[in-house]
Amino acid sequence: MIPLPWPFERQYMQLALMGGLAVGISAPLVGTFLVQKRLSLMGDGIGHVAFAGVAAGLLAGVWPIWTALGAAAVSACTIEWLRSRGRAGGDLALALFFYVGIASGVVLTGLSGSLNGGILSYLFGSILTVTPGDARSIAILGFTTAVVVIIGWRGLFSAVLDEEAARVAGLPVDFLNLGLAALTAVIVVAAMQVVGVLLVAALMVLPVGAAQRFSPSFKTTLIIASAVGATSAVVGLVAARQWNLAPGGTIVLVAAVIFIIAAVGGRWHFPGFSRR
Amino acid sequence: MAVDALSFSYGSDLVLDGVTFSIEASQFVALAGPNGSGKSTLLRVLLGLTPPAAGSCRLWGVDPRAVAERWRIGYVAQRSALADDIPATVREVVMAGRLARRGWWRRLTAADLKAVDEAMETLAVEQWADRRLSMLSGGQQQRALIAKALVAGPDLLILDEPTAGVDADSQRLFRNALVGMVRDRSVTVLLVSHEFAAVADDLDRILVLKQGRIVFEGLPQQLTATGVSLGVHTYDLPVWLEGRAMTPDDLPL
Repeated sequence: MIPLPWPFERQYMQLALMGGLAVGISAPLVGTFLVQKRLSLMGDGIGHVAFAGVAAGLLAGVWPIWTALGAAAVSACTIEWLRSRGRAGGDLALALFFYVGIASGVVLTGLSGSLNGGILSYLFGSILTVTPGDARSIAILGFTTAVVVIIGWRGLFSAVLDEEAARVAGLPVDFLNLGLAALTAVIVVAAMQVVGVLLVAALMVLPVGAAQRFSPSFKTTLIIASAVGATSAVVGLVAARQWNLAPGGTIVLVAAVIFIIAAVGGRWHFPGFSRR
Repeated sequence: MAVDALSFSYGSDLVLDGVTFSIEASQFVALAGPNGSGKSTLLRVLLGLTPPAAGSCRLWGVDPRAVAERWRIGYVAQRSALADDIPATVREVVMAGRLARRGWWRRLTAADLKAVDEAMETLAVEQWADRRLSMLSGGQQQRALIAKALVAGPDLLILDEPTAGVDADSQRLFRNALVGMVRDRSVTVLLVSHEFAAVADDLDRILVLKQGRIVFEGLPQQLTATGVSLGVHTYDLPVWLEGRAMTPDDLPL
């Protein structure tokens, strides 16, 4: 345990800080590309399927993170395949996965008889109860995601800017899109224990929405969004400790407050801007 | 570019029907035609995005999908295809065009950044290099996108409706840039548009596509003299001929 001041003087708070920072920094990196592709809810769709993966893991007696990661990766790639082939609109594909995921999760939970604190911790997050192993896993997933985005952001940016022109230029657009879907799945699983399946997409979207109100460029949008995500995690944990609040929800509420402040301030900063 | 008896259909709907034409290096050619004439499908085949159902298309002697040096093809899509409210600067957008040369995972070198500056200067957008693309006018945005297509140093530039909704000043800069590329850099240009007034005197040829067939191929002057009797969509013609001698009332349709 590292000697840190209040409120991070205890081990469980330090593990929560480690997990929160890992997700807070890396989730907006992936979310920046999803928001530009108008797939802000992709994390939610994948999160619901990951929930089914957790339930399957509990039923099979396997570590739920592995089954959640498998379910999330398969669903992310399938959503991308449906979208890119025009088999279903982006929102319709997501809706399909929303409902199939949550329904499967409910059925599997019923079969395993595990509708208890175990499964609820994945639904609503349980960052204060993560073990050192969990925190290490979250940190590794977050770090890996950040490294991949730092290496590939130019290609991802080009594909998001104009997919057809990127194909003409010989960029591996299908590979990049699949890679982005896979990164989304990884972040969903990492964030599942921090804020829970129901709020998993919030950390991918709200910091980005705040950052792009002020950011002059795409690169700085990535950096500012990560900073907002990290700030939300730290401030959320402090507030949760101080007032005994649910940490996952508090982290997301902090991100939402920053977003609202940025939206109001951004209108002044960039008058005439129409931003979503 | 050599297109020979090219056909394509969506199900039973024949979109391209035996299209044949060729474009030599360093030529400036326009492709016109009413909406639904097959222009977009023809472009997709030329760009290697869609295989033809029958016939062939060759760029530098090979199928467009087999062109290994993709940077040789510069493409400016319609502005509607762009994620135009993306929080990106003009410089970042132009830099994205350089990835065709560098590879998507590599950092740009000093030579790449120099090429970016030159492309922005050519299209006179360097003063907005660090501004967000979405804060520029339609014409300024379009010039930035042409700079993006130019920055890799292509041998062939294909532009899809580049001047739609663009102001006169941008059209003049656009014209100067295209003519400069053809004359000074020997770039081959294929311009798909409804608006040729700005470049009518510079074109080597106009191709007119209607119902999937090439119905006219010749000089712009020949088109203004005889093309109107070809039966191309009447609503498109006055726009093409804007600034020319003929008016809609003169059209013998």
